[in-house]
Amino acid sequence: MSHHSIAVTDLAFAYPDGTDALNGVTFEITHGESVAIVGANGAGKSTLLMHLNGFLSPASGSVRIGDIPVTKGTLPGIRKTVGMVFQDPDDQLFMPTVYEDVAFGPVNLGLPAEEIDTRVTEALTRVDALKLKDRPPYRLSGGEKRAVAIATVLAMWPNVLVMDEPSSNLDPKARRRLIELLGTFEHTKIIATHDLDLALDLCDRTIIMSNGTVAADGPTHEIFRDDALLATSGLERPLAMQGCPVCGGNLSP
Amino acid sequence: MGQLDRLASQDTPVHRLDPRAKVLTTLVFLVCVVSFSKYSILGMVPFALFPIAMASEGRLPLRFLARKLVAVAPFAIFIGMFNPWLDRDVIMYLGDIGISGGWVSYASIIGRFLLTTSAALVLIGTTGMMGVCMAIERLGAPDVFATQLLFLYRYIFVLGEEAMRMSRARALRSFGSHGMGMHVYGQMLGQLLLRTYDRAQRVYLAMQCRGFDGHVRVMRTLRLTGRDVTFTLGWSAAFVLFRLYNVPLLVGHFVTGLIT
Repeated sequence: MSHHSIAVTDLAFAYPDGTDALNGVTFEITHGESVAIVGANGAGKSTLLMHLNGFLSPASGSVRIGDIPVTKGTLPGIRKTVGMVFQDPDDQLFMPTVYEDVAFGPVNLGLPAEEIDTRVTEALTRVDALKLKDRPPYRLSGGEKRAVAIATVLAMWPNVLVMDEPSSNLDPKARRRLIELLGTFEHTKIIATHDLDLALDLCDRTIIMSNGTVAADGPTHEIFRDDALLATSGLERPLAMQGCPVCGGNLSP
Repeated sequence: MGQLDRLASQDTPVHRLDPRAKVLTTLVFLVCVVSFSKYSILGMVPFALFPIAMASEGRLPLRFLARKLVAVAPFAIFIGMFNPWLDRDVIMYLGDIGISGGWVSYASIIGRFLLTTSAALVLIGTTGMMGVCMAIERLGAPDVFATQLLFLYRYIFVLGEEAMRMSRARALRSFGSHGMGMHVYGQMLGQLLLRTYDRAQRVYLAMQCRGFDGHVRVMRTLRLTGRDVTFTLGWSAAFVLFRLYNVPLLVGHFVTGLIT
């Protein structure tokens, strides 16, 4: 069976201070799907993402990546399969140069030197950041940092990409470039975001989280048309689906 | 600090030396300088040759180094501050003026500070922090130590920015002395610590994500060449010589011997 699918069953989790973060979350994502996870602040998006990579272990329920359950013993394999892009690139770029940072994962996988070089070059080329390879990460702009952060994950050749707020803190052009870049990936993608327009552009399917549960799960276009649902989940229509601010006409179908 | 990084990425004969050679040489330098007796000044003078030669060969601007030295100088200045009061015995005469041991040892402390700090700056400026970390690890220092140093260097920028943002936010809402006191300062430091702790956890997650198992493996390969060995042995021999014989004094005797 493919490693590209994700099955989350009845997932529940509470933080040590007693906050219930997830209450029975269930969904399944199949090979090659691109899914947006949206919801108000504190709806449980980040907590859910943390489970996909085994950073948090569920109080009850289970997570399976392909046919492998996420448990302590399977973590190394899971983390190789599921590439995670963090919200703050500064958390993700910790080596002294861009090249070494992108190489960090492949080196830890124990790959031979030429293979590492090929992968690093390929990943950096993919995100159009090869020219940055000798620069220290803290000297990059926000957009460059994001691109390199994505390259660090790509170099591991993951099957599934999990991203937390990929478009936060980017200027409109950098955001557009990011969307175009993500659109070219064939990985199974899970994107937690408040940027509903990005979800509209990239994801065919959207899961709305609300108070630690799945409030809705379906085709993005349908979900974003359901104003009542969006309102109760602390969301509103993506700008592209709202009326034109000048003439009031609705541009979207 | 960022500038130090840029300087370290230059390509000069000094930069091309193996980091281990430079770290070892600097280590011998430090040990020799630090081991002088507390009243020696003259004997240390020849040691200035090393940082000066390295800086000029490595194209490190002297003004930049001087600025850095001034920035750390207060430590050295305060450390020896009370020597002139504590040690008042006159131990040498400059013309007719008697100079107490306290002043001599104070000058010696300052001299040592200048030499050791400039050597350390020159080392980083010609090798880069990464090179230094790698070298100390290859030379047998514990892995944890090198990793710590590496991360300290990487995140000091992030931490500095965070601290600056916090202090700016405070300054914006403080009017005159209100809100700028020690009390708030303490709380801010605590905040910063907590934030750092959180970040450390996120960084660790990111590392685990990419297969971190306690060892930071570095890809660069190091190769010691004859040049490196010559460099290390040559300078080390010079340092030991400078340490064992008071070269300026010998030169002085020699010159006065010639004249008389």
